[in-house]
Amino acid sequence: MANFETKEVSTDLLIVGGGMAATGAAVEAAYWAEKNGLKVTLVDKAALDRSGAVAMGLSAINQYVGLRDGENTLKDYVDYVRNDLMGITREDLVASIARHVDSSVHLFEKWGLPIWKDEDGKYVHEGRWQLMINGESYKVILAEAAKNALGMDNIYERVFITEPLMDGDKCVGAVGFSVRDNIFYVFKAKAVVVAMGGAVHVFKPRSSGEGLGRAWYPPWNSGSSAYFTIKSGCEMTCQEVRFIPVRFKDAYGPVGAWFLLFKSRATTGTDENYMLTRRDELENWLPYGKVKPVPANLRNWLMMLEVMEGKGPIYMRTEEAIANIADKFKDDPKAFKKKMKELESEAWEDFLDMTISQAILWAGMNVAPEESKSEIAAAEPYFIGSHSGASGAWVSGPEDLQTGETRDEYFWGYAHMATVPGIFCAGDASGASSHKFSSGSHAEGRICAKAAIAYIVDNPGEPNVDPAVVEDLKATILKPLDLFEQHKDYSSDPDIHPEYIVPKMFMFRLQKIMDEYAGGVSSQFKTSKPLLERGMHLLTFLKEDSEKLAARDLHELMRCWENIHRMWQAEAHIRTILFREETRWPGYYFRADTPKMSKDWEVFANCIWHKDTGEWEMLKRPIYHIHDKL
Amino acid sequence: MPSFVILEKCDGCKALDKTACQYICPNDLLVLNKETEKAYNRDPSMCWECYNCVKICPTQAVEVRGYADFVPLGPAVTPLRSTDRIIWTVKFRNGTLKRFNFPIRTTEEGKAVPDGGWSTGTEDLKSPVLFTEPDSAGLPEIPTLK
Ligand SMILES: Cc1cc2nc3c(=O)[nH]c(=O)nc-3n(C[C@H](O)[C@H](O)[C@H](O)COP(=O)(O)OP(=O)(O)OC[C@H]3O[C@@H](n4cnc5c(N)ncnc54)[C@H](O)[C@@H]3O)c2cc1C
Ligand code: SF4
Ligand code: SF4
Repeated sequence: MANFETKEVSTDLLIVGGGMAATGAAVEAAYWAEKNGLKVTLVDKAALDRSGAVAMGLSAINQYVGLRDGENTLKDYVDYVRNDLMGITREDLVASIARHVDSSVHLFEKWGLPIWKDEDGKYVHEGRWQLMINGESYKVILAEAAKNALGMDNIYERVFITEPLMDGDKCVGAVGFSVRDNIFYVFKAKAVVVAMGGAVHVFKPRSSGEGLGRAWYPPWNSGSSAYFTIKSGCEMTCQEVRFIPVRFKDAYGPVGAWFLLFKSRATTGTDENYMLTRRDELENWLPYGKVKPVPANLRNWLMMLEVMEGKGPIYMRTEEAIANIADKFKDDPKAFKKKMKELESEAWEDFLDMTISQAILWAGMNVAPEESKSEIAAAEPYFIGSHSGASGAWVSGPEDLQTGETRDEYFWGYAHMATVPGIFCAGDASGASSHKFSSGSHAEGRICAKAAIAYIVDNPGEPNVDPAVVEDLKATILKPLDLFEQHKDYSSDPDIHPEYIVPKMFMFRLQKIMDEYAGGVSSQFKTSKPLLERGMHLLTFLKEDSEKLAARDLHELMRCWENIHRMWQAEAHIRTILFREETRWPGYYFRADTPKMSKDWEVFANCIWHKDTGEWEMLKRPIYHIHDKL
Repeated sequence: MPSFVILEKCDGCKALDKTACQYICPNDLLVLNKETEKAYNRDPSMCWECYNCVKICPTQAVEVRGYADFVPLGPAVTPLRSTDRIIWTVKFRNGTLKRFNFPIRTTEEGKAVPDGGWSTGTEDLKSPVLFTEPDSAGLPEIPTLK
């Protein structure tokens, strides 16, 4: 076995991940841990300042309810999320996050995040729930608060978390390795907050060359949350509910400001506004086809219908939106000039704060948005339960948000705890509670941290881990390095070898399977039972070959494990699309053999991987409402 | 080649114990070539063009050349980040120049106080009221089911 030192770190609460949810968890946990004499440790695969989906920055906070000023109620938010997800939503979880999210946003502002204000000192909204920010340093600022709360001594950067550590059916920590030094880490804890984000590159991206990394979702989140929770035996939910964003084509720049702030339309190559001309199609998806705003996946779907008929390119009519704004100022050229300057700056900042590639692309194509329209397109599918997808672990709601009906199904003791004792999930790691975005993920991290400290106080027993199990984990995790060492001198090309596969090729094979059989870009997001079964068959070979992944260094070792994590996310996805025999989110995926929405499937489709047998169990869970009690 | 290092400008972060670009890249892409003492991007096709390496490099040695598989040659987008502002220069393929200047934070670097100056309304570990709440929420109490 490769020569790695084993370092053991004993703590009370372990936070795995360092993004929005984890930085929220850190701040909250530090407070309650100090009161109870407990220790908190955070582990991130990257540098906390710039890790996760917000590494580049963001230009908006997408969840702010405005409870303080009575702008909206919790019920309003729950209704919005349920409708956008075509009815499949845990209302107790959405309400749980929504009642704390404003407090997270107010903290961000105190910490130094510039949130736009109007003349009356009120936040400037991009849309009903969205606030405009100067967010280049959004992540840096949240990381700073987390570091100040925990202290750098309790934060491990550049450690890749590979596997959960179990004590029977309880989770008691995690193992991983440093991507800088030959160190194998064993973190022993009494509870774990899982916050390692969602997954990208499970499906083949549209770009194939240098642009491969320019997925909408950042290439460094590789399904570690899903893997960690599946492998520890957690019940998972909404594994079929992937997210497909429609964004500016290729560079995936945000469209929110154009649609919401500048009121732009999108049209086909022949100038058709498909949201109007295809309006009748919405009748097929009632009652959700009739709600306002039209659910994200249905907006996608109307556009996809055009594309499938060869009626592209699809354009964002930036030139028209700006002309409409100009029209309002036609009698005041000076005010118009000022307004245009403002709009130009807002439009470019939207890109520069969170998708700099789009600024490069516009500059490279000499795009002046007031003169020319810009192409938009549906991206490849991603797993991001915090956004408009819903995949993640099945977690308990808080006790005070249960009704007589929900209590038996949605509540088992600690807020946002998974079905495996000791595991708490936040952000992309927890499912059926979409539309939390950056701010709600932070709030959910806080909820988890407080509940986890309560769990630790109630369950103070020390973790009991068999050293032989740890040694086995170490050998398994380091195996790709051994395999490379053993065989490397045989072939003229170290990437091409009959005995092993390098992580990048492994990833390409996974992406090809998912793209062609599970409804990726090249299959126009369509699939069916026979296709999924075929995909599952091919995935089985890939799973076998995952034992033959080889790595020449620590960086590649991380790439090997990232792709194993992706592969498990892929399997949960295929199995759940197969299980749900209907089409409910046509603009996320379309099951051609069951093309309609069915009342029988107004349920959660959940799954559990049983570690004793290696079998998957699929199960339905009922949907109960609490919204009229909010 | 998304991010790349201008060899002439990179000094391998001589003064520091670890190189700035390697420290920050969220995808572990930038590494130092020990022989030449110059950094390089080891896998440009996994680069997100997040610009964190560009923003952090003390010698402005890292630049981004838009993904060649869909970006025409010629543009340049260049940041200059200080402790409280960022200035962007956007150069078009046709030579047009635009400059933007945005604030990035309102407090002094390093000074984010976790409680934001708010007090916590409960000592009860079992209550849903979180650290700094309900004060920080701006509410008399945290809402629950009616
Ligand atoms: C392109 C894009 C634009 C968005 N725009 C907005 C917006 O405008 N407004 C808004 O509010 N929200 C926006 N969002 C959503 C927001 O970014 C997410 O909801 C939020 O980041 C989710 O938080 P998280 O903590 O679950 O994941 P992340 O913030 O992504 O954090 C994941 C963390 O886990 C770490 N990690 C991953 N794997 C491992 C491992 N194996 N071991 C150790 N650590 C690991 C990562 O390094 C990172 O620290 C956007 C998202 C994307 C992708
Ligand atoms: S940060 Fe700049 S100077 Fe330092 S190693 Fe990287 S490229 Fe070279
Ligand atoms: S642009 Fe971002 S992803 Fe690319 S090398 Fe630099 S820091 Fe890494």
